[in-house]
Amino acid sequence: MSSSQAVGDLVSQPYKYGFVTDIETEKIAKGLSEDVVRLISSKKEEPAFLLEFRLRAYRQWLQMQEPDWAALGYPPIDYQDVVYYAAPKQQQKKASLDEVDPKLLETFDKLGIPLSEQKRLSNVAVDAVFDSVSIATTYKEKLAEHGVIFCSISEAVKDHPELIERYLGTVVPSNDNYFAALNSAVFSDGSFVFIPKGVECPMELSTYFRINSGDTGQFERTLIVAEQGASVSYLEGCTAPMFDTNQLHAAVVELVVLEDASIKYSTVQNWYAGDENGVGGIYNFVTKRGQCRGDRSKISWTQVETGSAITWKYPSCVLQGADSVGEFYSVALTNNKQQADTGTKMIHVGPRTRSTIVSKGISAGRSANSYRGLVQIGPKAVGARNYSQCDSMLIGDQAAANTYPYIRSQQPQASVEHEASTCRISEDQLFYLQSRGIGFEEAVSMMVSGFCRDVFNQLPMEFAAEADKLLALKLEGSVG
Amino acid sequence: MIRPDAPVLLEIRDLHARVEDKAILKGVNLTIRAGEIHAVMGRNGSGKSTLSKVLAGHPAYTVTGGSVTYRGDNLLELDPEQRARIGVFLGFQYPVEIPGVSNLEFLRVATNARRTEQGHEELDTFAFEDLVRERLKVVQMDPAFLDRSVNEGFSGGEKKRNEILQMALLEPLVAILDETDSGLDIDALRIVAGGVNQLANADNATLLITHYQRLLDAITPDYVHVMAAGRILRTGGKELALELEQRGYDWVDQELAALAAEVA
Repeated sequence: MSSSQAVGDLVSQPYKYGFVTDIETEKIAKGLSEDVVRLISSKKEEPAFLLEFRLRAYRQWLQMQEPDWAALGYPPIDYQDVVYYAAPKQQQKKASLDEVDPKLLETFDKLGIPLSEQKRLSNVAVDAVFDSVSIATTYKEKLAEHGVIFCSISEAVKDHPELIERYLGTVVPSNDNYFAALNSAVFSDGSFVFIPKGVECPMELSTYFRINSGDTGQFERTLIVAEQGASVSYLEGCTAPMFDTNQLHAAVVELVVLEDASIKYSTVQNWYAGDENGVGGIYNFVTKRGQCRGDRSKISWTQVETGSAITWKYPSCVLQGADSVGEFYSVALTNNKQQADTGTKMIHVGPRTRSTIVSKGISAGRSANSYRGLVQIGPKAVGARNYSQCDSMLIGDQAAANTYPYIRSQQPQASVEHEASTCRISEDQLFYLQSRGIGFEEAVSMMVSGFCRDVFNQLPMEFAAEADKLLALKLEGSVG
Repeated sequence: MIRPDAPVLLEIRDLHARVEDKAILKGVNLTIRAGEIHAVMGRNGSGKSTLSKVLAGHPAYTVTGGSVTYRGDNLLELDPEQRARIGVFLGFQYPVEIPGVSNLEFLRVATNARRTEQGHEELDTFAFEDLVRERLKVVQMDPAFLDRSVNEGFSGGEKKRNEILQMALLEPLVAILDETDSGLDIDALRIVAGGVNQLANADNATLLITHYQRLLDAITPDYVHVMAAGRILRTGGKELALELEQRGYDWVDQELAALAAEVA
């Protein structure tokens, strides 16, 4: 076998999260209309302000056009052919995990996210979201002792409506973009985190998103607020079963950070990517943005994007407070016919704001991987600094990597640096490692994790090793 | 050290190999016993580097005939990594840079792959650090090189020292050193050659591939082979290398022409 074939096989490892859980689901009929928006809101027994928010978003969405500037190609999406609400049938929210359908617990067990008391991760609180509905949140009581609120956004709407009303849609307005408007109209669930003034969240928080139904769109909404001096590290993970049709996923994440507070937001995205011919897979259109509202506040995005047929995602930081800091660390791996157009926006508003962008794109198979990033320095951002580094690694000779950096500066006393590089895993490098007794697959994964090390170093410890393994798995059979 | 009763480590019989469509090796014969140091000399294009890559299992080279046995087993059917694990080592003429992969980690994974094959326990990070610090002395290498990426930004001499360090850690039974002297200044040559001499013992063997006598001034070979047109044309003792140094390679051309005439 030639080594190029071998690397190819290495990447094309079967997707191990592709199973479907057989569970009774409550679904509404396909299609989107004002009635559907009202129906979703009423099913969730929402207060009037939220229904208003949804309806406004829906009307705005009707006026908007799907963006076409990304380097992505896919057939038109029929928005009337999507189910906008699906939930596993179970009675009202459970008081304890023992009452949760064992099939659901089993599902998360299989995904490596044990929720039950005995097996759960020791220092990570998990909110498990199944088909857009939160089914369980662990360690809630322990977190409550510290004043930390960690629950599904539906619960937050019921229990803390004032916080939701104050913050929802303030970072990503409902008319921000086509997919954000759609999400604002029909979002079903997601996570809510509130860290009060001065509190350092005592454990990692994590939401695990699982898509199960075939024809259902997924529209989660996540909102994290860190008050003055608070800090939290949050991780989201995502998987979905294998279907031969494409599924729409349009999520919105909003982060609000006040003075001296910080949020570290990490993502390991492993949605189903479609088969080697690009059949099936998730269309992932996500709007993630954080606002550093207070002085000396900090937002750090870390993402490991390995799944989805299409990825359209630009986690961004609006640096308003003086001396606030934004970071974006990204590994995006595409294989087979996957397409990713991902990057970040760093909007420097306040003086002496700083941002760092480290993007590592790995393209294998016949995939296309683009970095698209904006660094914008406003007129008041005296002394603002940005450093960007975009590296691409090509595996095989049929993959594509592109970098689209946009820099706009209205402040002469700002410094913006951009570095970019492209490399290829060469046969000689592989042979060198092999000739020292290191097996082919291990050699590839050593080189890939070496390439990604700057980013993996940013992940919470518990997940760095996971991310390494995930990448190795995704790359199985792809190097050539 | 020549001992006629020493076990045969490597036996190359009528080896033919090509790269793409070009035949390069055209019937190489060579027997290497434990304790011996062999030198293969020859001009560029004579096939000597190809021989080293074929022995190590480089995927770009295809064996079209003949056999290679290593301690009685067929070497050619093994993957490159397996060859390394059982004790065949190739010191590269141009060691490859691998950005992002820490040299220390690389050395540890390689050493453990060899140890596992030998039935030894794997070394953890601490035990390995102790070992590597001791072996650094063989090539007088600065420990700072351990924290860098594999060969990245190393000078020519540093790369070659790193090769000999790997050899010191892997303790191969057959070490093939491809033009280890190329690109070295006198001091670096002395250090690298000193390392090779320290590592040579009665149980292992070394195959030096070189252009020049100067390496053989520092490492005394038991046998010198002259390679031309994909074959070993002549074999002798260390004096053969001196003869080459004095007379040049012109006589090789004459012998080749005579051979060609015979065949015709």
